[in-house]
Formats: sequence, structure tokens, C-alpha cells
Amino acid sequence: MSVENYTQLGAAAIASSVRAGQVLPADLIRASFKRAADIGAGPDELNIVLYADEKASLEEAEEIQNRVNSAADVGVLAGVPVAIKDNIASLGLPTTCASKILKGYVSPFEATAVTRLRANGAMIVAKTNMDEFAMGSSTENSAYGPTRNPVDVRCVAGGSSGGSAAAVAAGITPIALGSETGGSVRQPAAFCGVVGVKPTYGRVSRYGLVAFASSLDQIGVVGRSVDDAALGLEVIAGFDKMDSTSSEVDVPIYRLAALGKPAPEAHDPDTEAIRIGRSPVPLPPPPSPHTLEGVVIGKPREYFPDSLDTGIRDLCERALERFRSMGATIRDISLPRSPLAIPVYYILAPAEASSNLARFDGVRYGLRVDPGKGLKAMYEATRSAGFGREVTRRILLGTYVLSAGYYDAYYKKAQAVRTLIADDFRSVFAAGVNAIFTPTTPTPAFPIGAISDPYEMYLNDIFTVTANLAGVPAISVPIGRMRRLPVGGQIITAHFDEYTMFRVAYALEAGLGREAHQ
Amino acid sequence: MSHERYEMVVGLEVHVQLKTRTKAFCGCSTDFGAPPNVNTCPVCLALPGALPVLNEHAVQLATRAALGLGCKIDPVSIFARKNYFYPDLPKGYQISQFDQPLATGGSLVIGKREKGGDIQVGITRLHMEEDAGKSIHDRYPGATAIDLNRAGVPLIEIVSEPDIRSAAGAGSYLRTLKQILQYLDVSDVSMEEGSLRVDANISVRPHGQSKLGTKTEVKNMNSFSGVEKALESEFERQCAVLDAGGRVEQQTLLWDGTREAVRPSRTKEGSHDYRYFPEPDLRPLMLDGKWIDHARGDLPELPEATRKRLVEDFGLAVVEVEQLTTTPALAEYFEAVARASGDGKGAYNWVMGEVMAALRGSDEDIGRFKVRPADLAQLLSLVRDATISHTAAKRVFALMVETGKQAAQVAAEEGLLQVGDEAAIATWVNEVLEEHPEEAKRYLSGEKKLQGVLVGFVMKKSKGRADPKRVNQLLSARGG
Repeated sequence: MSVENYTQLGAAAIASSVRAGQVLPADLIRASFKRAADIGAGPDELNIVLYADEKASLEEAEEIQNRVNSAADVGVLAGVPVAIKDNIASLGLPTTCASKILKGYVSPFEATAVTRLRANGAMIVAKTNMDEFAMGSSTENSAYGPTRNPVDVRCVAGGSSGGSAAAVAAGITPIALGSETGGSVRQPAAFCGVVGVKPTYGRVSRYGLVAFASSLDQIGVVGRSVDDAALGLEVIAGFDKMDSTSSEVDVPIYRLAALGKPAPEAHDPDTEAIRIGRSPVPLPPPPSPHTLEGVVIGKPREYFPDSLDTGIRDLCERALERFRSMGATIRDISLPRSPLAIPVYYILAPAEASSNLARFDGVRYGLRVDPGKGLKAMYEATRSAGFGREVTRRILLGTYVLSAGYYDAYYKKAQAVRTLIADDFRSVFAAGVNAIFTPTTPTPAFPIGAISDPYEMYLNDIFTVTANLAGVPAISVPIGRMRRLPVGGQIITAHFDEYTMFRVAYALEAGLGREAHQ
Repeated sequence: MSHERYEMVVGLEVHVQLKTRTKAFCGCSTDFGAPPNVNTCPVCLALPGALPVLNEHAVQLATRAALGLGCKIDPVSIFARKNYFYPDLPKGYQISQFDQPLATGGSLVIGKREKGGDIQVGITRLHMEEDAGKSIHDRYPGATAIDLNRAGVPLIEIVSEPDIRSAAGAGSYLRTLKQILQYLDVSDVSMEEGSLRVDANISVRPHGQSKLGTKTEVKNMNSFSGVEKALESEFERQCAVLDAGGRVEQQTLLWDGTREAVRPSRTKEGSHDYRYFPEPDLRPLMLDGKWIDHARGDLPELPEATRKRLVEDFGLAVVEVEQLTTTPALAEYFEAVARASGDGKGAYNWVMGEVMAALRGSDEDIGRFKVRPADLAQLLSLVRDATISHTAAKRVFALMVETGKQAAQVAAEEGLLQVGDEAAIATWVNEVLEEHPEEAKRYLSGEKKLQGVLVGFVMKKSKGRADPKRVNQLLSARGG
């Protein structure tokens, strides 16, 4: 098999070939960089990758090969090239959040998620483009220009993790890390025809993720397949003492969800060998009328409004039909407070952002513009020059809603509604629904420059933002194409029930087969 | 005089650095005096992506302080962000507590009223927060230097009710508070090192009026007496404003210790909107009832209780125990001496006399004083059983301080052991009578008042070793 073909394999298959000595990690690096060059991932073309260093990646590859040679447990991601969104701190490559204010900034420490990837054998090959500070839904807000969609270069890749979704869609890496605050992994994954998962709030450490809205932010995974996403999340999930909001709940082996059975007991010795890559996951049975037997899938009416694009609706109905044919029960449900999510989100997220972005003040690192007229002038000049329009807009919005006299009317009320939105999800799951199915986005990818009104852009997150507000896990899986553009279907489950989410996602992927991309 | 018509109303906000080894939200050292920016890390430098993790020891110390001040601990308190831009505030916000503080509703007794009854000052709240770094404006011409070693050091802020009515009362409150915090061992409480800082809110009103006047906030005092002076000065200023028919303007004032006057701060009060909101990077602080009870059970004895006990156990006067309980280390030292020697009064005299004098000379801390309580107790015992005289004891003590040796050893080496032997004393008495024939003659002929002088000669001759009691007896016998 040629090395190019390896890059088309799933992460698990690549890792087992590396562990078996069938392919050299260095060759995988070269193949990844060649693929990036071939497709035009650089700034003048698709603009997917902001920073990459082939020489450093080759050194990393050599280390992995040494670990293979020494017969150590290299890990489930042995020799797998991974791309990282530019707002996740990594050693070596810059971490700039696609902002001018952090131009050239290299973090002296690494995000826990990245450290865990490396510890499991992954090799970091690129920092990917994004909306500045993750604020946007199209990667058009990058200070370094928009990312183009590899499926159709006239269109946006979605955002804010547009670079990560595009990197996976373009075949540069099988797995990429993104981050979510309101749909920033799922939406670009849907636009690019790949899988994107946002875990439960607290499932993955935020240490090293540059904060946008701390109570909503989570690192997520883009994968070429459900299995890639499951494997990536499995590695980065789990408690981290550096993040007080990370959870101590056990992390199941999400890949076992492919077998269509409930999760095995935690710390079962047979399955633990799978976790570290010593044993493979058993081959799943083909989809059958029993695959989702006993699983109740909720179809919330608020996510299928009359105004929904018929192309999207039809593809969702096909997916629901496929669930039914695999033994699932489809139940009509209601999440009545979900329509309030966009206004709630655009109060809470900017409020937190206005505070989180205060540290970019020109004093300690990053850009400093000093007109020599005192401290206040330095702050103003630095931040005016360093932040783009959307970031500035949200800082102003957030500062306003937290101001004396407005706090109760905006922030406090929005928090109260957020609780109600989460309660809707809780009561649906408590009533016996195992998973919720919705479209990921109201439309497929739109042409670059097509949306100039910020509010219209915000509506892109209408189906995804509720999972962030409620803190529940959600995944977007390709369910077909309309006008040759990919469409994603979203599966949402209860807090920390990523296993069921993956189980339904694996079934959908298998049930649709090639139709997922047609 | 204006101050006869008006009453001063003062509330104090006291910031106290907690004595933790590491900072409030990261593992950096809290050592005072390290080179600039050495004790920093991604968290306290606010590098992108860093997150705070609460230091449990800081919670323990804050809880102990709150309990020691009689506050009620809230089982759920919330950290909040106080947002403002300043170069020594790396995150652009301070992690503090706002509408759900750690503790509320305590009080301090700062003295007695003339007609009896305690003077109490209420404590509104006690909350946890982090310190900012330091801006150094006078080091480099035309530039400000930033030292972030202090950024993130844990603080508690103790806010009093506006119950204080005089500058002296503010001083008493601060001294009492400092003393309690020392007993609780939660802070170094040093105003010079900045581990205790005081801001004062002051207003005036005509006597008998219940409505509060407009307050000003006075900052930048660097000693308790500075606080007292600043309050006197600001009181006079406000009274003068009112007497002239003016209105006191709400503002922040800075105390200038050299000019002994307040001046307006550059930042205008009211222009600050801190935009507080709950800190999303930290979970609510939950303290369970058992844990709080345990902390309460672990509280050390506080000065008031110590004073009461010392009066009861050693029969000392109230003023005496007040001196002894100034600091917990002094009280502890005294008590150890008193218990080991069984002589409370003697221990008091020695500790407040010789020991304090020696400490003043050496600038040493009593906790590390060379003469340990057991050694001093031994010296007291030697005096009591007349092994050495009181005069000799002072020399012995001086030598103990100098050499670190034990009392008995020093006394023996220096030949200062008291001589009770009849024959030896008789010899000295005889020699004295011979060497001072004039005095001897007058004494022997009945001039009794000369006995003291003669005893003195004998003591001198014996280099303090003669037992004065025996000397007196012998002389009396001769004097007939």
C-alpha cells in the first residue's frame, strides 16, 4: 500500500499499521504535508493551515518511531497526524487565535488535550485557521483571511473551527481538534461533510484553550468518520486538576459503541487493553433491524420549523427513516425554550468574552501599540489595532450587558433562561428519550461574503447553541448532500452519555453508508 | 470648634494576606522579597489558556479567620470577577467574592465603655480574593515597572460596620484585629510588608442625627497611627466643609504621611463600574457543615480567653495580662516560664523586665529567643531557693543570653552561687566591721539604720554570694 493511501485510512487503522511497523511515522508526516500542498492548504488558496513546521513534525515522527522500536505502548494514536485549532495552546507552533493581537505568540505551555494526544502517539502537524478568538460561524473573521471549503472553494468552511474541519475534509489529517462555544465544531463539520463532536461541558479539560466564554467553551474533535471522532475524544477526555470545571466521571471507550451494545463496566480489564491500543476493537456487525433496538430517538418540533429548508428536511427524514429501520423508536418531542437560545447565548457569551479578553492589553505579551500618550491611550491603540470588528462588537456588547443597571435585565435574566433551556433537555431524557436528532444547521455552506449582517450570521448556530447552553454532548454526522453541498444531522444525548451519542452516530453512519455523502 | 458639634462615623476595610506557601490559584511561591517576576507562572501571568485552581489552604485560613472573628460561614460562596484594567492586574479582572461572600456577621470587642459594657464593632463580611501585582513608578524615568510576584497571593478582605466613632477607636479596632489574626496564625499582619492594608470610610454628622453623612474613602496609610492621623485630619476637613455650609463630596482620598494631609486620588469614585459576575472558571465553593465544625474545633485560644485564664491561674492583674498577651508568642513564652517555675508573679517580672529588655536590644523574636522558657524557669527556681541572689541572677541571665548556657552552670562557673554558710558569712561580717570602724562603732552603739549600709558592704565583699537574710541576722545579733 502506498503512503498516500494510508492518509485515507481512519486514525485507528493508521495507528495499528504504525505499531506493526508497516508504515513509518515520518512517511505519514511527509504524506500529510504533501496533501496539504497539493490541495493548497496555504494562505493564498484554501487558507486552512496557519502554522506548520515540517522539520519539527519529522522530529516528532522520529520520536514516535523510537517508541515503536523500543516496543513500548505507543498509544492508540501512534503516528497519527493531528491538526489543532489555533486557539489551543501547543508547544512549538504559534497560538494566535487567528488574531493580530497575538501575532507571533508562542505558548510556553501546552493544553492538556494536546499533551494527551502526544502521550498517545499523535503528531501535531498544523495549527488551523479559525474565526478570530472563535467568534464567528464562517472563519471569515480570521485576521488572516477566510478558509475555503474543500468541497466547494467558493463557499465558507463554516466556523469558528473552519480550518480544522477543512483540514480533515481535505485529507490532511484524519483527526483535528476544534473548540466549541455555540456550535463551532459541529457547524463547520456539517459544512465540510465530516464528523464533529462537542462533548459534555467538563468532559475535556479547557486548560490551554484560550477562553472565549468559559462557561460554554469545550474542546471538540473533528474526524473523517465517527470512529475517528470517538477515538480522538476518548484520548483527550477525562479529569484534569488544572481545570476546576473538568469532571471526574469515568471515560468509557467510545469506540466500543460501534458494537451497538451498552457500555461495558468501567475499568473492565479486557476493554482497558483496547484503550491503550494493545487490542483492537472487535469488528462491528453490519446494520440490522436490531442495531438500535430499544433506543428511543426524540424529534424536537422546534428544530423542524415550517421554514426549514426542504432539502435539509428531506435528508433528516431519510436519516430518521434509517433509525427506524434499525429498530429505533422515533418520538415527537418538544424543547419549548430552545427558540430563546440565540438571544440568551448572545448575552452570556459576549459578557464572559468581554472579561476573558481583557488580558490582551499590550502589557505582557502580544501586540502593543503605544502612541506615547499614557496608559489609557496605549490600551485603546493596542486593542483597537489588535481586535477585529466582530471581536470588538462582542466585547462592547458584553461590557454593556454587565454594566451597572443592566446586569439584572440582561445577564441575570439570560442565566435564568439558560437554566430553563437545560431543564427542557433534562426532562426529555428523564422521560425515556435516549437521544435527540435534529439538523445541525439551517442551511448548507454559503458562499464567502454572502452574509454580512451579524444577526443573520448568528442564526447559523440556531440548532447547535442549545447543547452548549445546556452543557449536553452533541455530534454532527454527514447525512447527505443538497446542491452538491454536505448536510449534517445532529445527535444530542444526556450529560456524560457520549457513549449513547456515539452508538447512534455509528449506526447512522453505517445505516446511510455511501448515501451519507450523496 | 467644629469637632464638638459633629460625630465621626468610620468603617474600615482591611485586606490581609494569608500565610499560605503558594498563591491562591496557582502553585507559585508567596515569598516576600524575591527578585521581580520570579514567582510567576502561566496562571498568575494570565497567559492565554491558563486557568485558576483554588488553593485549599487559603480556604482553611480564611475560614479560620472568619470563625475567629465570630462570623457565620456560608456553606456556599461564589467567586466573582471584578473587572478593571490596570497593568499590575494581569487578567484584567481580580478574582474576588461579591454577593455571596465566604462569611458574614461577626464582631470585635475593642474596649470597655466608661459606664461598663463592651465597645463592639460589627463585621459586615469577610471574603476571599487575590492580590494584584505591584506597579513601580519611581524606578525607571518615564516608565512604570511591573512586578507580578504578588499577583495572585491570597487575601481576605474584612469589612467592618460603620460602628467606629473616633480615630482612637479605629486604632483599637485595628490593634485588636491584628492581635486576633496573629493568635489565629493566618497572616504575618505586617503593615510594612503590606500583608495588612487598611482603607477607611469616614463621614461626619451632627451629634444625635441618625442619618449617615456622605462618606469619603481614605487610602494609602502605612501604619495604625497613620490611620488615626488620617481620620483626625479628614474629620477636621469634613467638619470645616459642613461648617462653611458646604457639602462633603463622595471621593477617594490618599493620605500623605509626610505632609500629614489627605489629597484627592486621581481616579474618580463612581467612574468605576467593576462589572462583577460569577467566575465561570471556578465552581461555587461548597463547605460542608462537618468541615466547618472541625475548623471551629481547631481554633486556637484567642487573646480574650488567654487573658482570663492567666488572671485566674497566676493571680496577675488585668493590665499585666494585657501586656503579656500582646502577641501569642509572648503569652506562650510567659506561660511556659510561669508553669515550669510555679511562680506567675516572678515570671511576669522577669519576662516583662529582663527578657523584653534583652529582646529590644537584639531585635530578636521571642519565639526564637536564646533563653528558652525552661531555662528562665530554672533561673527563677535558683533565686527562690536562695541558691543565687537576685542581684547575681541578673548577671547570670545576661550571661545566659550571651552564651546560651544553663543558669546553674553559669552561676557555678562565675562563682555566683549564694553562700549560706554561717562561718563564711561571719568572716565577711567581721572583715567589714574592721574595714569600716566608724560605721561599726555607730552601729554597735545602737544606730540601727546603718544596718542596711553594712549589709551592702558585706554583699559587695562577697560579690553577691552572701545570703542577705543571714547577713542581717548576724549583724542584728552583734548589734544587740
